[in-house]
Amino acid sequence: MQLDARIPAGPIEKKWESHRFGMKLVNPANKRKYTVLVVGTGLAGASAAASLAELGYNVKAFCFQDSPRRAHSIAAQGGINAAKNYQNDGDSIYRLFYDTVKGGDYRAREANVYRLAENSVNIIDQCVAQGVPFAREYGGVLANRSFGGAQVSRTFYARGQTGQQLLIGAYQGLERQIGLGKVEMHARTELLDVVVVDGVARGIVTRNLVSGKIESFVGDAVVLCTGGYGNVFFLSTNAKGCNTTAIWRAHKKGALFANPCYTQIHPTCIPVSGDYQSKLTLMSESLRNDGRVWVPKAGGDKRSPDQIPEGDRDYYLERRYPSFGNLVPRDVASRAAKAVCDEGRGVGPGGLGVYLDFADAIKRLGANTVAERYGNLFQMYERITGENPYKVPMRIYPAVHYTMGGLWVDYNLMSNVPGLFVAGEANFSDHGANRLGASALMQGLSDGYFILPYTLGNYLAGVKPGSIDTQHAAVKDAEAEVGERTKKMLSLKGKRTVDSFHRELGKIIWDECGMARNRKGLEGAIERVRTLRDQFWTDAHVTGSGDEVNKELEKAGRVADFFELGELMCRDALAREESAGGHFREEYQTPEGEAQRDDENFCYTSAWQWKSDAEPQGLVKEPLTFDYVKPTQRSYK
Amino acid sequence: MRLTLHVWRQRNGRAEGQFVKYDMPNASEDMSFLEMLDVLNEGLVAQGQDPVAFDHDCREGICGMCGFVINGVPHGPERGTTACQLHMRKFKDGDELWIEPWRASAFPVLKDLSVNRSAFDRIIQAGGFISVHTGSAPDGNALPIAKEASDRAMDAAQCIGCGACVAACPNASASLFTAAKIGHLGLLPQGQPERDRRAVSMVERMNAEGFGHCSNLGECEAACPKEISIEFIARMNRDYLGGAFSQRPAGARIED
Repeated sequence: MQLDARIPAGPIEKKWESHRFGMKLVNPANKRKYTVLVVGTGLAGASAAASLAELGYNVKAFCFQDSPRRAHSIAAQGGINAAKNYQNDGDSIYRLFYDTVKGGDYRAREANVYRLAENSVNIIDQCVAQGVPFAREYGGVLANRSFGGAQVSRTFYARGQTGQQLLIGAYQGLERQIGLGKVEMHARTELLDVVVVDGVARGIVTRNLVSGKIESFVGDAVVLCTGGYGNVFFLSTNAKGCNTTAIWRAHKKGALFANPCYTQIHPTCIPVSGDYQSKLTLMSESLRNDGRVWVPKAGGDKRSPDQIPEGDRDYYLERRYPSFGNLVPRDVASRAAKAVCDEGRGVGPGGLGVYLDFADAIKRLGANTVAERYGNLFQMYERITGENPYKVPMRIYPAVHYTMGGLWVDYNLMSNVPGLFVAGEANFSDHGANRLGASALMQGLSDGYFILPYTLGNYLAGVKPGSIDTQHAAVKDAEAEVGERTKKMLSLKGKRTVDSFHRELGKIIWDECGMARNRKGLEGAIERVRTLRDQFWTDAHVTGSGDEVNKELEKAGRVADFFELGELMCRDALAREESAGGHFREEYQTPEGEAQRDDENFCYTSAWQWKSDAEPQGLVKEPLTFDYVKPTQRSYK
Repeated sequence: MRLTLHVWRQRNGRAEGQFVKYDMPNASEDMSFLEMLDVLNEGLVAQGQDPVAFDHDCREGICGMCGFVINGVPHGPERGTTACQLHMRKFKDGDELWIEPWRASAFPVLKDLSVNRSAFDRIIQAGGFISVHTGSAPDGNALPIAKEASDRAMDAAQCIGCGACVAACPNASASLFTAAKIGHLGLLPQGQPERDRRAVSMVERMNAEGFGHCSNLGECEAACPKEISIEFIARMNRDYLGGAFSQRPAGARIED
């Protein structure tokens, strides 16, 4: 199979402009004849649904939560990048493009990233016009801060709730279109399959999470904006409901899954406190601006932190990376924390934690200034751990936070299945092997507000509207398949809960396909995941019935897909015999222990094609070329 | 710690509900309240029983999906905290806890602790937005906004739409929720063109959804996990009154 990314010709700064001009348009009177199904209502989904409805298309939108406003984009804290250069500090579209390609460790498409940087400036304007209360200076202009190792201040923010405010803005736009009758909203509705007719995506099969009813919806295009798959690890910073089912079902219907092994592990999360732990909580990366990371020099040092004198402490980030110190990028900071804990020098219960100490900052700046900067985070930490970070150093540990991999899409955000578009974290997108801070919100909104309204229109201009209905044989087949699967899960009357399977799966993936991977571990993990999946299908216990609210059934369906995805992640990690960004293969590192890319042999996107339940996916490669940003070894020494 | 739980169990919106007593012998003080319920549910599932249904998602206090009443208080005893961020160290060994869903006719029970809050979405549909088309926005700095106005708008905008205000109010009024949105948008210059129309339309929708009136008891503010001030309700009332005049058809009089 040959992949065509459909990247327009011409110089990089002209590609998107000339591509837009070359696109076909749908006559305003004809737009209402087309129906678009948008699944997921986070930043990408809500902004796409609202913008498409404004244009005049009929939109049906779906989310599993009780309201579109709950999607997990809401939890993003830090901010959103834009190349506005309001601070006059040398930022530009080209610099944001450059930083993103480099930060992604040269595993993203240049043309896509450039377009993202171009769109970033429009996003801020759009959000301000919607009433997003971004932080401001006394003079009334927008405030910025620096973030995630960037050398310019290009991050816009709304207190520590930037994701919430951007999502509420998009949600309000969506609700407006619902009120106008242009969007038909289906909340508490979960996608369980994608309908493909003659190779073209034409519909979806869903389960109503209140009545249990299996229903189908057909349209002229399907847009998946269903987020990332970090919950394969069971413990992650994702919301409990985040899942891979929508993109996994699409994958099994023919959509290629790209770079599944690229996962981002965030360095500053609150460590696990017990076996009952249900999720992990992120503490904003901004804490590393003033906090110092350390562990005891000697393994097994059980003294309380205030009893450990300076000479017995190892400020390992400052020691290993003197120029970036505590501000090294996420992947580097996470691996360094793992390394010291592997040496037996970790702190807190189970030895899986490192100190993030504010004592020096409090001495230097005073407790009041520290409270002004981080007060809400300190409060959240104390609420969860019962410890006061003004007095005792915080304990932090890395946790899964974001997945760079996802469904493969071309420049138009369309998968290899015609009519199936994928946006936001759900696609494999623009972040390469590692995402920079404050770039996820930017990508979701760029896709939804400023790319899909053009590229989807171009696609629709070439298809005849409304040519199938829900009585079509392909729809009925998909419905029957979903019904069978649901029935099978409910008939499992084994001994183990769904959650216990999910925890065990998560532990395997975390241990073998987490912060560091190696051949032996990955090969073993593939076998163990397969065995566990087989056990699930005989020994799980799913209570209740299919025609009522049944949270156990919802979980079972998601976990069943996580097994298959987890296996593919390990296969992808095994096949990529290099280290890049979030993918660290222990066999491929520099003498100093840093990630060692192999541009000669692995400068490509790995896209996996589903074959059948009996045989593993096949690998299709999309070569990456770098005409503008020359790949170099990332160094933060 | 050992706890006794009385949990509201109700099969669906049509069925009768009742409190069911459960023994929770081994809660840890480091658990969140929802993790404690997870442990209860794992035990129920292991015995082949139906687990307690409750809504939750982010478990970071921001999505607004979770919430139920604990011993008569929405989201439980810790001020400014959602149920998912409430930790068991706030309770004592031997405590007896009564856990029940939001009680309001505009929030019908779906199952156990889970209720239907779609009325909130319909209030937003009535006017909780600024009508701006994608792509038509001027430069973000073209319109300076005083920091004070922007900060105050943010105070209101941080509402998470959980519904605790409704559950806390003896009248089951949605005034704090509605006022927070009217306040957020009405404080910003971008929100001025639709300010009157928005206030009237949202208040009327709130009333039509079956929420009660505000009688200034302040229970909503005390229960709000984001501690949104009832000052915004006063502001909403003023905007509504102003809007009622400006929004009448030309030539019409206000007579009743």
